[in-house]
Amino acid sequence: MNQDSRQPILELRNVVSAYGRIRALKGISLKVFDGEIVTIIGANGAGKSTTLMTMCNVVKAVEGDIFYKGERINDVAPDQLPTRGLCQVPEGRRIFPRLTVTENLDMGAFFRRDSAGIKEDLERVYDLFPKLRERRRQLGGTLSGGEQQMLAMGRALMSRPRVLLLDEPSMGLAPLLVKQIFDIIATINGQGVTVVLVEQNANLALQCAQRGYVLETGSVVMEDEASALLHNPDIRKAYLGE
Amino acid sequence: MTIQESKRLWVSLGVGLFWFLMLLWPLLGIKPGGLEFSETWAVFSKIAVAAVLIVAVYHLRQAGVLDFIGTPLVKASEAVGRGYQKAPTWLLLAVVLAAALIYPQFAGRYGNDVAISVLIYICLGLGLNVVVGLAGLLDLGYIAFYGVGAYAYALLSLHFGLSFWTCLPIAAMLAAISGCIIGFPTLRMRGDYLAIVTLGFGEIVRLILNNWMTLTNGPNGILGIPRPDFFGYNFASLSSLYYVILGIAVFTVLAVYRLNHSRIGRAWEAIREDETAAELMGVNTFLLKLLAYAMGATFAGLAGAFFASRMRFVGPESFTFLESAMVLAMVVLGGMGSIPGVILGVLVLVALPELFRDFELYRMLVFGGVMCTMMLVRPAGLWPAKRVGRRSEEME
Repeated sequence: MNQDSRQPILELRNVVSAYGRIRALKGISLKVFDGEIVTIIGANGAGKSTTLMTMCNVVKAVEGDIFYKGERINDVAPDQLPTRGLCQVPEGRRIFPRLTVTENLDMGAFFRRDSAGIKEDLERVYDLFPKLRERRRQLGGTLSGGEQQMLAMGRALMSRPRVLLLDEPSMGLAPLLVKQIFDIIATINGQGVTVVLVEQNANLALQCAQRGYVLETGSVVMEDEASALLHNPDIRKAYLGE
Repeated sequence: MTIQESKRLWVSLGVGLFWFLMLLWPLLGIKPGGLEFSETWAVFSKIAVAAVLIVAVYHLRQAGVLDFIGTPLVKASEAVGRGYQKAPTWLLLAVVLAAALIYPQFAGRYGNDVAISVLIYICLGLGLNVVVGLAGLLDLGYIAFYGVGAYAYALLSLHFGLSFWTCLPIAAMLAAISGCIIGFPTLRMRGDYLAIVTLGFGEIVRLILNNWMTLTNGPNGILGIPRPDFFGYNFASLSSLYYVILGIAVFTVLAVYRLNHSRIGRAWEAIREDETAAELMGVNTFLLKLLAYAMGATFAGLAGAFFASRMRFVGPESFTFLESAMVLAMVVLGGMGSIPGVILGVLVLVALPELFRDFELYRMLVFGGVMCTMMLVRPAGLWPAKRVGRRSEEME
């Protein structure tokens, strides 16, 4: 592949991480290049969310190296990563339920000091998610599931990320909303943000992404162009329900 | 009210009274000489009659029979409410402050004494409110910092002759430092574990105060702590001491208000809501939790230094777990995260037992009953923290 000659923006090399004595990731290697959408698919418990949490150092890698922009980030504190442009929208959205929508979004820009830039980004997020502008004074916890997902994504965008890690953005949403969320992911990517997308909904994720990794019990079992994976008979059988 | 609703009401009253009887009889009826029913029955019948009367009045009110009393009352309270909403906030604050300023002129010795303890607990409550209400860290050993402040002033003034006003910031600082020392190992834990560990540390501080004979004079405590003075004026009278603690309390209210509305306050709330998410948003959660702990301890240290000078005596028994629990109860009862709520909670929990002094024996019973009722009727506190949030449909 021609991409191998380029320097990846985010790379995992033989990363092992564990919860206590149980190894959740058994030596994962993957590369994310600037400007693309990469998806990680796999069954429940395959280690998809752990992979994202390890990228953010919330779960510490016991072995292996994580590189971001060519720099090893294994020992960087999790709260320092958003300042460098690596931001995650965690699984289950995890917005701040008793803060208002605006306050939630402000929290995304917590480490930033440029109030003019923050204001500009707030408008940008509100343009991207008009629903949030309508509900800006409402408490985060009173939003519907889809709105909360938008809020979580908007909050992450407030940190001006270079790489956005999305964990199960379609979880628990109505099909129409899922489509809307995926359209927005494409829009965000179009604005120059690299996206790593973890999904259960393999079909939609592979349609949206350029490349994909398939995870099985803590190991990468397959990596390819998304279109190739989408037409791979094994994948169709295992993850697309055919 | 429909027949069904009324039926349900009377049935639940019956069940409640039966439950109460089952509770009461073992307490009053089991005697060393055998079982007895007459005393239980005497108490129970009075309470049952009172309960039936209350439910009957409620019933009549629902049916509209009492409208001739209720309607004018509702109108009056609505008018007061409207006036309250129209008046600007500064005016209300000015009235409260003016009332606080002239209070000692009208109160006697006893009144001043109660007011001083109310103000001390306001400082403590607001300090704990930063830790529990804003940052969401359940701290059961909070009173330890109060003790650190009190002993800091006692020892510094007696051994080094430092004045109250020099000792006040030093006591606050020492409390903040001990907050960091205790917080550093404990704040890595979350939830219930944190509560238990802080409980342990609170007891450790009390035991050190109790057993370090050479420094703290152990259980005998330290006597003869000087009252504050200011350029030759000695704050010897209770009413002058009242103004000192009023000043400290106003400072605390202003400081907590500013913290509440700062960037740091927002980050604390985010940590309370979801610690991992806050971390993923670039919040240094450990540092901010430590800061919350230290800030809370600072206000306890201020209150502690004043407490030592007011009592002219400190001893370890003033800093037991019960005190921590009381302050926590004030914060929770008043409304976590709300400044007026905490002040109201303190007023209720300090003033109420004083009011019921005449019923000496039943004081704690009433106290417990009020707490239970409050948590059932107003679980978010007397004056819940006001959030700007409202459903957008209601905005239009």
